[in-house]
Amino acid sequence: MYQFSGKLKTLSLALILLGAIGIAFSFWTAPKTIEAAKEIIAQQSSHGDGHGTSHEEVTKNEHHAAEETHHNDEKESHAKVESHGEHHDDAHAEHVFHQMQNKPWAAVYVALFFFLGITLLVLAFYASQRVAQSGWSVVLFRVMEAITANLVPTSIIMIVIVVTAAMHINHLFPWMGEGIFDPTSPNYDPIIDGKSWWMNVPGWAIRSVVYLAIWNAYRWFIRRNSIKEDTANDGGKTYKLNYNVSVGFIFLFMISESMMSWDWIMGLDPHWFSTLFAWYVLASLLVSALTVIAFVTIYLRSKGALPGVNDSHIHDLTKFMFGFSVFWTYLWFAQFMLIWYADIPEETTYFVARFTEYKLPFLAMLVMNFAFPILLLLNSDFKSLPWFVVIGGFVILGGHYIDIFVMVMPATVGAQWSFGIAEISSLFFFLGVFIYATFSAFAKANPIPKGNPFLVESEHFHYYNIEHRGEGSGDHH
Amino acid sequence: MESSKVIHAFYNDDEVLMDAVKAVKAEHHHIEEVFCPFPVHGLDKAMGLAPTRLAITAFFYGITGLSFAIWMTNYMMIQDWPQDIGGKPSFSWFENMPAFVPIMFELTVFFAAHLMVITFYMRSRIWPFKEAENPDPRTTDDHFLMEIPVHDNVDELTALLSKTGAVEINVVDKH
Repeated sequence: MYQFSGKLKTLSLALILLGAIGIAFSFWTAPKTIEAAKEIIAQQSSHGDGHGTSHEEVTKNEHHAAEETHHNDEKESHAKVESHGEHHDDAHAEHVFHQMQNKPWAAVYVALFFFLGITLLVLAFYASQRVAQSGWSVVLFRVMEAITANLVPTSIIMIVIVVTAAMHINHLFPWMGEGIFDPTSPNYDPIIDGKSWWMNVPGWAIRSVVYLAIWNAYRWFIRRNSIKEDTANDGGKTYKLNYNVSVGFIFLFMISESMMSWDWIMGLDPHWFSTLFAWYVLASLLVSALTVIAFVTIYLRSKGALPGVNDSHIHDLTKFMFGFSVFWTYLWFAQFMLIWYADIPEETTYFVARFTEYKLPFLAMLVMNFAFPILLLLNSDFKSLPWFVVIGGFVILGGHYIDIFVMVMPATVGAQWSFGIAEISSLFFFLGVFIYATFSAFAKANPIPKGNPFLVESEHFHYYNIEHRGEGSGDHH
Repeated sequence: MESSKVIHAFYNDDEVLMDAVKAVKAEHHHIEEVFCPFPVHGLDKAMGLAPTRLAITAFFYGITGLSFAIWMTNYMMIQDWPQDIGGKPSFSWFENMPAFVPIMFELTVFFAAHLMVITFYMRSRIWPFKEAENPDPRTTDDHFLMEIPVHDNVDELTALLSKTGAVEINVVDKH
């Protein structure tokens, strides 16, 4: 059985500690008052750097309307700019102040959503393997189960974010601002008010908790029952029960994942909407999830902890990475082209913000998530070479982190974005949590799911078109 | 031609056939052809055939389709009869490119797929109304047939083949 090595444990704890210190530092250094924020703004404009100048343009065009609602359509903003004329500077400073205060929260939120989403999609992929009664992936079941252990800590932190947002401790969600739903308030926003049947704080918080509860309940059940399968010897009764529960989970997952993407991501831009957004988020998280499964599998196999895994399993995981990279690009383009073609102001704001302030990450992401994986992983032979999978996987994971980054940042910190201590520390922190949760869970169960009726098929899995070169290949055929 | 005699060995299972091919190759006999009712994965490798170059042609056909799509959209929508695309009358191909992406994609696939099929037919020397070349009609139903040229070693080959699980072994004259 695998043992969670002391080295790896130390690494994960060091990452958690380092990340926690960095996150605390970024909260500590965020401006506490408007005056402090004004000072930073003055500094930025005296530097005359790219951020400062381009920020001015964006503010003129887009912001102003209500300080808490960051994105309004342009016409509306212009109308209010005229009336607000002389208060411009103060209003602007207050706006930037809120963005700076948001920054450490947003940095944590991006990393949290990235890791929570990956873990969730590993769970969903695992459920899909059970539902499909697939043969090839059975030797990877314990790897996937181990990764889903990360769902527990990330869900707890997500609940903290949900509670602090509902209590107005953080201001990630502009529609939760003061007076948005109050017709007598200057901040009143009729568009958001029209959606108040869905977008209201109690409903949002309850839904958030329900999603997390569903996912965690399934994870807890299937992990316990999967281990039970090993020794059940009951003519497949446990196996069938796990199958049935997984079918139910896939159904609930598709609904809760869609609603989660509206509540947690699309709600950041409360005026904007896209009907395929849930699919888009799903694709991004799914390709990342498969990459992570491949990474953990390659690592554990190199440690000799996965005797049943051969090159064909790696080949299949990489085929999924390749395929879902294309799927992600398809959805990205489908969403973009329809909005570009129709050219309706309330829809284009989303891309205007990303093509002005976030041009580099937004376009770099397309290269990292589409062009690079296509070129690197197109060749069938490369798909089972760990080196190629790792290089391609790093670029894919980086690209999809940027994808989440540009989903969250424009609405929460606008032009104040950067990739600094807050962002890197958050990544470290959640990576540490991920490593600790995954490998300690993997060490707790037999790495081979002995009770699964498809285990033999999985161990003999050989994709006809490749030669087995890697570890353990001599044992089969 | 020094010899026009061939051995036809029949099999009724693709796994048995694969093992038989490997056994025959291990004895350094040349396998002229294997006739199958359906594609058997890995058979080409076992027979020692060179890897197919069809994928390379597919790549170039795809590039051709992509180029054709770019030329076609530019000629139709920008040059010959300039059109206002979604309120964007810039009359520049590049600025209207997102609208052409589906066309570029479809024509890339169309060219690659159709030309690849036609290439495959030509390389396999099959065309409409061509008379079938397979020596026994059972290879279109449920039997596999391995054809091995004979060089005064009928007995040795027959012994080898019957060990590999062949259900029928015939020595025939090939014309």
